[in-house]
Amino acid sequence: MRITAEELSWSAAGTPVVRGVSADIAPGETVGLLGPNGSGKSSLLRCLAGLRAPDTGAVRYDGEPVRGWSARRIARRVAFAAQDPGADSDLRVADVVGLGRTPFRDRRRGPDTTDRAVVAAALERVSLTALAGRSWRALSGGERQRAHIARALAQQPYALLLDEPTNHLDVRHQLELMELLTGTGQTVLVALHDLSLAARFCDRLLLLHHGRLVASGTPAAVLTAERLAEVFEVDAELTTDALGHPVVTYRGPRRSTTPSEEEPITP
Amino acid sequence: MPAEPLTRGRRADLLPAEHPPPTDLLLPAARGRMVTESPATGGPPPPAPVFRALRLLLAALALAGSVAAAVRTGTSGSGWGGLARVLGTHLGLDVEPLPPLTDSLVWDLRLPRVLMAALVGASLAVCGTVLQAVTRNALADPYLLGVSSGASAGAVTVVVLGVGAGALGVTGGALAGALLSFGLFLLLLRRTGLDSDRIVLTGVVVGQLFTALTSLVLMAAADADTTRAVTHWLLGSMAPARWDTVAVCAIVTPLGLVAAWLCSNALDGLAFGTDTAASLGIGVRRTRMLLLVVTAALTAVAVATVGAIGFVGLIVPHGVRFLVGPLHRVLLPYAALAGAVFLVWTDALARIAFAPREVPVGVITALLGVPLFLLVLCKRGEL
Repeated sequence: MRITAEELSWSAAGTPVVRGVSADIAPGETVGLLGPNGSGKSSLLRCLAGLRAPDTGAVRYDGEPVRGWSARRIARRVAFAAQDPGADSDLRVADVVGLGRTPFRDRRRGPDTTDRAVVAAALERVSLTALAGRSWRALSGGERQRAHIARALAQQPYALLLDEPTNHLDVRHQLELMELLTGTGQTVLVALHDLSLAARFCDRLLLLHHGRLVASGTPAAVLTAERLAEVFEVDAELTTDALGHPVVTYRGPRRSTTPSEEEPITP
Repeated sequence: MPAEPLTRGRRADLLPAEHPPPTDLLLPAARGRMVTESPATGGPPPPAPVFRALRLLLAALALAGSVAAAVRTGTSGSGWGGLARVLGTHLGLDVEPLPPLTDSLVWDLRLPRVLMAALVGASLAVCGTVLQAVTRNALADPYLLGVSSGASAGAVTVVVLGVGAGALGVTGGALAGALLSFGLFLLLLRRTGLDSDRIVLTGVVVGQLFTALTSLVLMAAADADTTRAVTHWLLGSMAPARWDTVAVCAIVTPLGLVAAWLCSNALDGLAFGTDTAASLGIGVRRTRMLLLVVTAALTAVAVATVGAIGFVGLIVPHGVRFLVGPLHRVLLPYAALAGAVFLVWTDALARIAFAPREVPVGVITALLGVPLFLLVLCKRGEL
């Protein structure tokens, strides 16, 4: 599914958070959303997931404007996994993943065998089958993250929007997760903090700074030493690994003085 | 390491070979597909329909038995046979009636009182279950969130100042008070949202305000007798229950229960916060408003008749969740049944424990509820 943002702006309590972002995510593409803390990644992701109505601009799914759609209609198109949505819940893991079936279920009906089969497949995909009957309370941070991905997958979505899904994961599970996201053929938009991980798995990157889209394109085109110094305020070195992916090596926080932060950077 | 041109990191040797291939079932293309056989994996299978029906029947029988036993308890000289004769007489069957005084005691006082206890118990347990899910706070309960205090203030205002009249007037006043306290509660929480830790604190503040308002109205406008009666009622007592108030409750409680039950999926989804719930297709704002109004109505009807009874809405949901699990489709009906049974018995205890003096049932529920509540906190490692 194609997701389009047209001059999207959104503000929280009068403070602009997303400022005039236009982007186009093609069907089947894996796009990484990058930016420092407070750059508007999460807010942009929520606008695109239909969870926040933009102040100005529009979000389109396959060309159709999303404004005014019911939550259920949106949920049948895109799945969203928030960053670390903690819960003090007694739900079992299989029940949490089963929540992903909500958009397809009549409100009077419980889960049927189809729902249970989809849940089983989703659990298997994130290697949580063995923990299906475990209480949510008993899971580690990484297991919870994977369970949320499974819940999103159980929505059989046309597009997956994920807010820092690799947060609590160890290296192996980070690789596995990115692998399964890129391997589904679905449209994936994923906010990431790890620039090298983004460079390796994403077809395209979007770079946000102070709510503005400052760069978009292939990882090699977006990740340059100058941009990282400007946006992330780090001194970094860009190299290419044996597989041909850009690799970011950080030397340290930016020491040299650069122009004012408020000044937008032209991509 | 050999240099291989790859645009994405999908090299097989970098990841374990047992990584499962993508299953079609998770793609939108598989949406129409029906799977009829139960999957081998994916959590423990749900209980068989026969077992579920039997379980529900058993719980319903437990309630019916409790009601019958509670009606008989403390009724001097009638026994089971007498109970059957009272029922027979009033259902127009050809049985020998009991002496008018005993008959009136059972039919006009005892039976409505026990039925009221069952209905109020069910209401409060459902309210607690719903509020705990909506606020994502295990301590939520109409009593702790100040809704009961709001309803009390409204009802007392009607009784003492004589605004409106009759049972419906008191219920209306209680409903207005409950909605008012809810409104204030939401207003105070508008910044932090409903899933915050400040919920119980805010509830306590709102509750204190309305308790103070109740006292103010009582002291300023009521005479000594009214004050005594109202104070006794505020502690929670089933004694004022009559058939007309039972009728109001018998209409409102099932309606509220069904409305809450129809929101089961939404209540489950709210466990992970507003954004996650909305992304699951739940109209969060609308569902939440509907549920809060339902809760206010249920609480108001209960408070208007029998006063503010605490801890039923807090304790019963935790106990039932422990028994049947946290999914609201199952949890809500059992919470209602368990709440009914619980209050029927505590009311019976309140009647006979210090007979002929009667203890307000709210005192008994608090005495039972506090240790049980501490037990819940201990089990969750919060104490």
